[in-house]
Amino acid sequence: MSAPTLTKARTGRSVGEQAIRGLLALAALVSVLTTTGIVVTLLEEAVSFFREVPFGDFFFGTKWTPLAGGESQSFGVLPLIFSTLYLTFIGLLVAIPVGLGVGIYLAEYASPRVRRVFKPVVELLAGIPTIVFGFFALTFFTPLLGDLGFELRIFNGLSAGIILGILVVPTIASVSEDALSSVPQSLREGAFGLGAAKWQVVVRVVFPAALSGVVAGLVLGASRAIGETVLILVAAGNSPNLSANLGIEHQNMAAFIANTARADISAGSVAYGTIFAVGATLFVITFVLNLFAIRFVRRYRQVYE
Amino acid sequence: MSAIAAEKKLARRTVERGSNGERTKDLLFRSALLLCLLVAVAFLGALAVTTLSDGVGRLSGEFLTGEPSRLRTDSFGIRPALIGTLYLMVLVAAFIVPVGVASAIYLEEYADGTKWWNRAIETNIQNLASVPSVVYGILGLAFIVRGPVDIFGLGVGQPTLLAGALTLGLLVLPVVIIVSREAIRAVPPSIREGSLALGATQWQTIWKQTLPGALPGIATGVILALSRAIGETAPLILVGAVANLRFNPEIDGPFSALPALILSAVGEPKPEFQSIAAAAIIVLLVILLLMNSVAILLRNRYETKW
Repeated sequence: MSAPTLTKARTGRSVGEQAIRGLLALAALVSVLTTTGIVVTLLEEAVSFFREVPFGDFFFGTKWTPLAGGESQSFGVLPLIFSTLYLTFIGLLVAIPVGLGVGIYLAEYASPRVRRVFKPVVELLAGIPTIVFGFFALTFFTPLLGDLGFELRIFNGLSAGIILGILVVPTIASVSEDALSSVPQSLREGAFGLGAAKWQVVVRVVFPAALSGVVAGLVLGASRAIGETVLILVAAGNSPNLSANLGIEHQNMAAFIANTARADISAGSVAYGTIFAVGATLFVITFVLNLFAIRFVRRYRQVYE
Repeated sequence: MSAIAAEKKLARRTVERGSNGERTKDLLFRSALLLCLLVAVAFLGALAVTTLSDGVGRLSGEFLTGEPSRLRTDSFGIRPALIGTLYLMVLVAAFIVPVGVASAIYLEEYADGTKWWNRAIETNIQNLASVPSVVYGILGLAFIVRGPVDIFGLGVGQPTLLAGALTLGLLVLPVVIIVSREAIRAVPPSIREGSLALGATQWQTIWKQTLPGALPGIATGVILALSRAIGETAPLILVGAVANLRFNPEIDGPFSALPALILSAVGEPKPEFQSIAAAAIIVLLVILLLMNSVAILLRNRYETKW
């Protein structure tokens, strides 16, 4: 990209150079094929699923018992979508303040030495496999909440939701820290020059200036929370619920997919089809959120870089 | 650095000169932020303490070398899953290093960013980086395990180690590409221009100048991607990893891996399995910590300041 004219002259000359360029482009195509593969797979199986189950029954039905036999089998996905969004909401209630707090602290307040210690801590939190969080929620946090007086079943939405929030903290913290750090120093100096206190500078000048990047972090965090599988599978149980009660089981879409795949059902059955129908729904939701996030990130990069 | 320090000092003095009310608010705001950091650290600490206190007692040579058993829990071992995880690491690396680095080179050094297809590839990679892992699992299940893609004629229609590795590889490929691109971009244009001016072709310039300069960054990215790959559970469930495999996995046969074993142990009602799960988690975390230390070492030791 550095010297386009030179580049063109060079590659034009040799067959070997052209072949290398072709091979590299082929490698870049792998990621395009991955997306195509995902879309084709989901679409193909989801279409044959919707041949068996009417569209309206799926998206507007309120009873989700796809693995039951005979009369009691029902494919209303609403409880599953509700539980997914509800768990994400609980998670974000924790993750937004904590994640933003960590991000703002590291970007605006921490001395270089403090940052050197705590940035790796946040990265460490991001690197822990989610199965470990599931274990932690089930064996430590749920009993702890029980001791604190909450009415909980062993598998419940409260513990899973809160830990889901902790899991998303590093995403929100690091994206918002990046966004805040890329706000030009002159803005802060101007505000200080006008006599503003530090917190006013941060809250009224730096934060609004970094808003699109911060929003991108929040959207990415939400998308991560919506797609989380194992934590929910381990700690929140195996039935979605159209209920605001957090003490009972809540299953999200990703956990349903994993749990159904574990049940070892035969390929081609309607139950097998639910994996793809739910997977397609999940993919569309996260895809839209990710596009939003990418757009927001581009915006703040354009303004300040 | 000193400019920032001076600025900070200046900022602090400004605050101290502010009115009494502003000073209190400032202290409150600062404490609230610090509290957020403490919450995150506290959870990390509690997680470490729980896992260690539950699991350390189970760790032994026998635990690492034995086979899993539901009945004889006192001689429970994780060897097949541990070997499966190490195999996965090698296979995933063999896939993502060439494909990921080649993609990054193409996008940074060859692709014309004004063309819509190159921009589409870029957006696509960013998007893939945040597709839920369970969706990759579905891809693995339908396309690789039960589907039309026959890789080297090995075990199609079966949940094999290779299918698992390929699925995990696709999952972390975007990470490798994004980090490698940043590393390549950090090599200053003057290095390339110097090489081209001396008559090297573009590929010679990339191979002899740009890539060596970007290598530490690329290696860090690959290690981070690998550590994400071996910690993933959801795709393994979909692809059909066996939780309690009793023999060593092979490339074209049934396989197991630590996250699958942990998931199954967490779900067992017998209380002994809680300590087994915790001990297996410790082993997994130790592997991840080792990998991350290597990444940090590489970064500190070989990072070039231009």
